[in-house]
Amino acid sequence: MATDLERPPVVQPEIAPPAAVKARRVIRHGWLYLMLLPGLAYFLIFRYWPMYGLSIAFQDYLPFLGYADSPWVGLKHFEELFTGSDFTRLMTNTLILALLTVVFVFPAPIIVALLLNELRQRTLKNSIQSIIYIPHFLSWTIVASVSYLLFSADFGVIAGFINDIVGGPRADYVAQEAWFRPIVVLQLLWKQTGWGTIIYLAALAGVDTQLYEAARVDGAGRWRQFWHVTLPGIRPAIVIMGILTCGHLLDSGFEQIWLMTTSLNRSVADVFDTYVYYIGITQGSYSYSTAVGLFKGVVGVLLIYGSNLLAKRFDERGLF
Amino acid sequence: MARDESVGGRVFDVLNVVLLLGLALITLLPLLYVAAGSFASEGEIAARPFFLWPKHIVTDTYDYIFGTGVFVRALATTVGVTLVGTAVQVGLTLTMAYPLSKRRLPGRALVLNLVIFTLVFSGGMIPTYLVVRNLGLLDSYWALILPLAINPFYLIIVKTFFQQLPEALEEAAMIDGCTELGVFRRIVLPLSKPIIATFSLFYAVGIWNDYMSPLLYINDSQKWTLQVLVRQLTAPNADSANVVQQLDSTLFPEQGLKFAIIVIATLPILLVYPFLQKHFAKGVLIGSVKE
Repeated sequence: MATDLERPPVVQPEIAPPAAVKARRVIRHGWLYLMLLPGLAYFLIFRYWPMYGLSIAFQDYLPFLGYADSPWVGLKHFEELFTGSDFTRLMTNTLILALLTVVFVFPAPIIVALLLNELRQRTLKNSIQSIIYIPHFLSWTIVASVSYLLFSADFGVIAGFINDIVGGPRADYVAQEAWFRPIVVLQLLWKQTGWGTIIYLAALAGVDTQLYEAARVDGAGRWRQFWHVTLPGIRPAIVIMGILTCGHLLDSGFEQIWLMTTSLNRSVADVFDTYVYYIGITQGSYSYSTAVGLFKGVVGVLLIYGSNLLAKRFDERGLF
Repeated sequence: MARDESVGGRVFDVLNVVLLLGLALITLLPLLYVAAGSFASEGEIAARPFFLWPKHIVTDTYDYIFGTGVFVRALATTVGVTLVGTAVQVGLTLTMAYPLSKRRLPGRALVLNLVIFTLVFSGGMIPTYLVVRNLGLLDSYWALILPLAINPFYLIIVKTFFQQLPEALEEAAMIDGCTELGVFRRIVLPLSKPIIATFSLFYAVGIWNDYMSPLLYINDSQKWTLQVLVRQLTAPNADSANVVQQLDSTLFPEQGLKFAIIVIATLPILLVYPFLQKHFAKGVLIGSVKE
């Protein structure tokens, strides 16, 4: 230490102010910024410009006046939405579909993944996986069209089954109110269950095999191993998928619902997403429909953060 | 997994196999029926409620489809938009992901946050529609491509992939006088072939299957995509004769068309499916890794 003090003071090289360093670094990375530009332009034009466009929810938007000059009307459209007769119907339909999703669609891949996990024949397991992933890659148009064929009043096989049970003359069940929700849930199960198993199967593969050995040494049978090792092992995955599901409770899946809506089942089929389309695109009420969309979007953000908070409360890691 | 030789355990194993095979069967049966129906005569479709093999294989429906302008045009449109769209999407995603993978790039965090925010919140259907309209893209093929040009999920996965590449390689190239663009082109891209292939397929499937964009942005029936045509022919109360501009409605296989058009719209997906399956699980899982 003492020798340090005896040294002549070192002349510090002049340090450039941070701003200049930054500027130099920006220039040095010129190519990188140039590469960033097209993508950034995309996000600004097609993702952030629409967010700025949300301002028309508080205006009476007139296309020829534009965002800047259309008259401001405050919360008029939101009042119209909340006091109007459509709101209760939309909320009810959306929430019932959400509830059905949570009860039937959410657990399905967990159960199938657990069953697949118990399968000992590797090739059989792989083949079944390969098959049940397929529907995920088919469009909703295809799924809806196949449904219409299977439920066709003229020749549909499922329509025939229903007819055998219900009796009476053949009817166009797919258009009826009573069958809308069951069909939508069946479609979701058919299309998404297989694909949904991937995340749980990955979690299952990550469970430490030593835990199973230890459980066996302690005398745990297959059921108790499942209950005390397997299930806790995939709990984080279930929680994360649960958060994601809750965050999207109001997203009913526009394409699916729109494709399954007929003139006869509108009363149970109308959800926020399709309503925005009818009001906005078909009828041209841009401001009101934007207000409806904004309401849904804000609730969606709250749901994501809320369920994340809840997950942390229960001592899980959460998403962020 | 534990070996369990108890009676209950073996019963469970058998039931489990039966159950899962049943599940696979339920997945396949509707598709097999549609395929069989597309090769059946109008009479057979009407007479038999369910079959996996037509009594007489007829190709009338396909002959009709490939000889009719509406179908050929929709097919060409869809193939064209899918090819160009995928190229644009993959190009934009790769070029944006690379700079975002450079941790020391000033401003990177800001752009990254802009991207991540779009995962949680969006302007929604109508404001996006108005942007497309203000850009004069209604009834343009670009409306089927540009609004969905970058999928933020894919972008983040590709960025994460780039970050895992050995940095020493890029540094060595820089010392040898390569520019950052040169490094990207000569080092990074060749190393990324598998992930480029994966996301090309993902994007292509996305465009091929897209129904919402043509519904929102395309009015001109000359520019219909395959998915729109599928819908037009199979919708409840569909006026098929009018859709295919066939004035003499006795001439064409009305029910068969529904089956065949579904097959045509599905087949390309099934053809690329083995490649998709090879990579997708990996893709899904990379995305779940936190930075």
